Amino acid sequence: MTLLELRDITFGYGSAPVLDGVSLSVEEGELVLVTGPTGSGKSTLLGVVTGLVPRFSGGTLRGDVLLDGVSVLEAPPRERAHAMGYVGQDPLAGFVTDTVEEELAYGMEQLGLPPETMRRRVEETLDLLGIADLRDRDLRALSGGQQQRVAIGAVLTMHPRLLVLDEPTSALDPTAAEDVLATITRLVHDLGVSVLLAEHRLERVVPFADRIGLVGGDGSLVVGDPASLLATSPVVPPLVELGRAVGWSPLPLTVREARRRAATLALPPPAAEAPAAGEAGVVVSGLTVVHGRTVAVREVSLTLARGRVTALMGRNGSGKSSLLWAVQGSGARRSGRVSMGDLDPAGLRPAERRRAVGLLPQQSADLLYLETVDEECAAGGPDTRAVLDTLSPGIPGDQHPRDLSEGQRLALALSLVLAGRPPVVLLDEPTRGLDYRAKRALATILRRLAAEGRTVLVSTHDVEFTALAADDVVVLAEGEVVSSGPVRRVVAESPAFAPQVTKVLGAPWLRVDEVTDALAELP
Amino acid sequence: MSAARLPRDLHPVAWWVWALGLATAASFTTNPLVLLTIVAVATLVVLARRSHQPWADAFRLYVVVAVVIVAMRVLFRVVLGGSVGGGHVLLDLPQVPLPDWVLGLQLLGPVTREALLAGLYDGLRLGTIVICVGAANALANPKRLLRSVPAALHEVGTALVVAVTVLPQLVDSARRVRTAQALRAGDSRRTGRLRRYLVPVLEDALERSLALAAGMDTRGYGRSAGAPPSERRVTGGLMLVGLCGVAVGVYAGLDHTAPRVLATPMLVLGVLAAFAGLALAGRRVARTRYRPDPWRWPEVAVMLSGVATGVVGWWVSGHQILVAYPGLTSFPQVTLVALAGSVLGLAAAAAAPEPRTVAS
Repeated sequence: MTLLELRDITFGYGSAPVLDGVSLSVEEGELVLVTGPTGSGKSTLLGVVTGLVPRFSGGTLRGDVLLDGVSVLEAPPRERAHAMGYVGQDPLAGFVTDTVEEELAYGMEQLGLPPETMRRRVEETLDLLGIADLRDRDLRALSGGQQQRVAIGAVLTMHPRLLVLDEPTSALDPTAAEDVLATITRLVHDLGVSVLLAEHRLERVVPFADRIGLVGGDGSLVVGDPASLLATSPVVPPLVELGRAVGWSPLPLTVREARRRAATLALPPPAAEAPAAGEAGVVVSGLTVVHGRTVAVREVSLTLARGRVTALMGRNGSGKSSLLWAVQGSGARRSGRVSMGDLDPAGLRPAERRRAVGLLPQQSADLLYLETVDEECAAGGPDTRAVLDTLSPGIPGDQHPRDLSEGQRLALALSLVLAGRPPVVLLDEPTRGLDYRAKRALATILRRLAAEGRTVLVSTHDVEFTALAADDVVVLAEGEVVSSGPVRRVVAESPAFAPQVTKVLGAPWLRVDEVTDALAELP
Repeated sequence: MSAARLPRDLHPVAWWVWALGLATAASFTTNPLVLLTIVAVATLVVLARRSHQPWADAFRLYVVVAVVIVAMRVLFRVVLGGSVGGGHVLLDLPQVPLPDWVLGLQLLGPVTREALLAGLYDGLRLGTIVICVGAANALANPKRLLRSVPAALHEVGTALVVAVTVLPQLVDSARRVRTAQALRAGDSRRTGRLRRYLVPVLEDALERSLALAAGMDTRGYGRSAGAPPSERRVTGGLMLVGLCGVAVGVYAGLDHTAPRVLATPMLVLGVLAAFAGLALAGRRVARTRYRPDPWRWPEVAVMLSGVATGVVGWWVSGHQILVAYPGLTSFPQVTLVALAGSVLGLAAAAAAPEPRTVAS
C-alpha cells in the first residue's frame, strides 16, 4: 500500500526551480534512498515531505503531497508529526530537552498520550536502540553516533509510520555509522517502518535500499531499483565504480557479492610505493592536552614528513581536533613540544603563526564574514584570489559566500588560510557534506599542496577519502596513537578503516584508479 | 522506609520554596552569627541532598560570587568614606580631596572598625541570599522547575527553556568564532573587527534557533488539537479583559482620588477573567506530562521547614530588634529563638529522600 505520494512537485526560489515536476511514492515498509550531488535538492525534497519546506525556507511550492491518499499539503509539520518522524542533519541542533529520557518523551507529550503509554514506549525504545544505559545522560555529552540514535529514538516513540532522515551517517565515524544503519534496517525489517533517507555518501547505505531516487541538480528526480540506476548515476560508491571499471553486469551492490566476482579476476599487483620522504616538517613530542578532567591528547609523539599528506583518523571524540589545535599552537597544551623547523608555533603572535601553520577549522564558515567573495579575498591579503583560482577556478567574485556550493565555500575558506603561504597545513574534518566529486577535487588540492613541499595533516572519518588523498595514516583512540604508518599498511592491519576496494580485492589495493591502471596493462 | 522516602528527585517547587524561606530569613537580619548559621544550613543540605547531575556543581560558583560580594562591600567601605559618624580608627589613610559637587562622598580617609563591620554585615546578608538561591539551583534543575508551570502557560515556559538552551550555546559559538578568525588575515580596524566576530556568531545563532524551532515543529509542538476559531477568540478576549481589569484595579487601588468602584471590584473581575482565560486555554492544550514529579509528604515537610525559618526570621526582626540588627560597637548577641529558626531549615535534609543515583 502506498504510504506517501508526492505528485508533480515543483519548488523554487524565484525563477530557477530546485525541483521540477517531481513525483515519488513510498510504500509501506520500504527504504527509499534519495541521493545526488550536494546542493541538488535532496534536503529540499525531504522538507517538502515533512512540511518544513516552504514554511521554514521560503520559496513557492506547487503540486500535492498525499499521506495515505489524503492531501497534507496544507498541514504544517506539527500536524504531520503523528505519522512521520524527521531527523535533521545535525541532531544536536534539534534537541529540545536536556536528557535522553526527556527527549524521548517530548514528542509524545505534544501528542497528548496517556502517561502509562509514554512510560512503556520510552522503555521499549531505549532497548530497541540499545541506549538504555544512556537514559539520564546529558544530550550534549553524548558522542555523535549516540546523539543520532537518540534523535531517531525521539521520533520513534511517537510510532511514526514514515521516518525521514537527512544524512544520518555523514558526520559519523565508520563504526558509529554502521551502528546507526543497523538500527535503521532493524526498524524496517522488524517494525515495518517506511524510511525515506537522503545521503550522498553511498558506500554503506546502498545495500539496504529498496529503491533509489536520484536528484539530478537540474530539478529532475529519477527513481529506480539500485542496480540499474547506479549503472548510470553520476554519484556512485567506489564499489560500483570498481564494478563499472571491471565491467561486471549486473553490478554488485554489496562487498560480499563483489568479492565473489573478484575471485576470478587476475590482476598484476599495483606498482610499489615510493619510499617515505626523509625530511620532517613537524615534530610533535610528548604532547598532552587536558580539558577539565578529561585527557584529550595523552603524550602523543609524531613526526610528519614534508611533502606528504597524513590522515588523522579515530572515532568521534578521540582527540583529533584537540591535537590539531595544539599543533597549530593556539590550543592550550598541558605539556610537550611541537617544532616546525626551529620554531614552536605556540610562542608566536597570530599573524606570524598564520605564516608558519594554517588550520582550516571544522566549521569553516566561521572564517567568513563578508558579503561577497571579492571582499573576502581583499580582506584575506593580496594572494588570496590567486590561491582561490588554483584551488577552485571560476568562482564569480560578486557572489555571497553563503550562496556558494559546499565545496566552493570550503575552497574559499582554505584559500584564506593558505594566503599566508604556510609550510604546514592542517585541516579539521573538511570532507563533511562533500559529495564524491567535491571530495576528489579536495584530494587533488591536498596532493598538490604536498607536491609543493608542504606538510599536510587532515583529520577525517572518511576511509574512502583517506585512500584517495593520504600517504600516511595516524589512528587515535582516547587521545593516544594506536597505529600509524603508510596508508596501505595501516589499512591492511585494521579492517574497520579499509576502503571498499581493499575489502573486495585484498590488502595492497586501495583505489579504483589503481585497478583501472592494472586492467590497462592486461593483454 | 515508606515509598515517599525512596531515592528520587524531590519536586523542584519544594526546594525553591525552602530556599526562598531561608533567603527571607537572611533578608530580615544583619546579625553575622545568624547569617552564618543560615549559610551553614544551606551548605549542609546541599551536600547531603544534591544529585550527581551537572547543574549540582553550580553551588560552588554561587559561593564564589557570595565571597566576592562580601569582599566588594568591605572594600567599598574603605575606598568610599570609611569614617562616617566616627568610631575606632583602625587605619589612618590619607583622604583624597574631591570637588565640592560630589556631596556626601569621600575617597579613602581614616578607616574605622564600625565602617568595616557595617560593610561586612551588609555584604554577608547579600551573600547569604545569593547562597540560598545557589542552593535551590544545585538541588533542583531550573529547567525542571519550568516544566512544572501550568499547561496554559506552556508557551511562555517553552520560550524560557529555549532561551536557557540557546544562551550557553551563544557563548560557545562566540569562543569558536574568535579562535577561527585568528586563523585568517582580515580587517583589524575597530569596526571591522567587531563585524568579523559578530557576523558569524549571529548567523550561527539564527541558524541554531531556526533548527530548534523546526525540530520542535516536526515533533508536534503547538498542535492545535482541533480548537475551533471561535474558541480561540473567546480565550483571547477573556485574557485581554482580565489584563485591563487588573491594570485598572491596581491603578485605582494606588490612586486614592479614583472612584472606589474601580478599585477592588475591577481587580477581582480582572483576575477572574484572566483565570477563566487560562483555564480555557489549558483545556485546549491536549498535552500530557511524562513522569511528573509527585507531591508527597517529604515535599510538604521540606517546604514547611523553609517557611518556618522565614517566619521566625520575620518575627525576630519585629520583636528582638537588637538581635536582628546588632550594634556595631559590641559583639553581636543571639537568642535561642533566632538560632533555632535558622536551624529549622536543616529539617529539609532529614525529610527529603536521597537523590537518585545516576549512571554516568
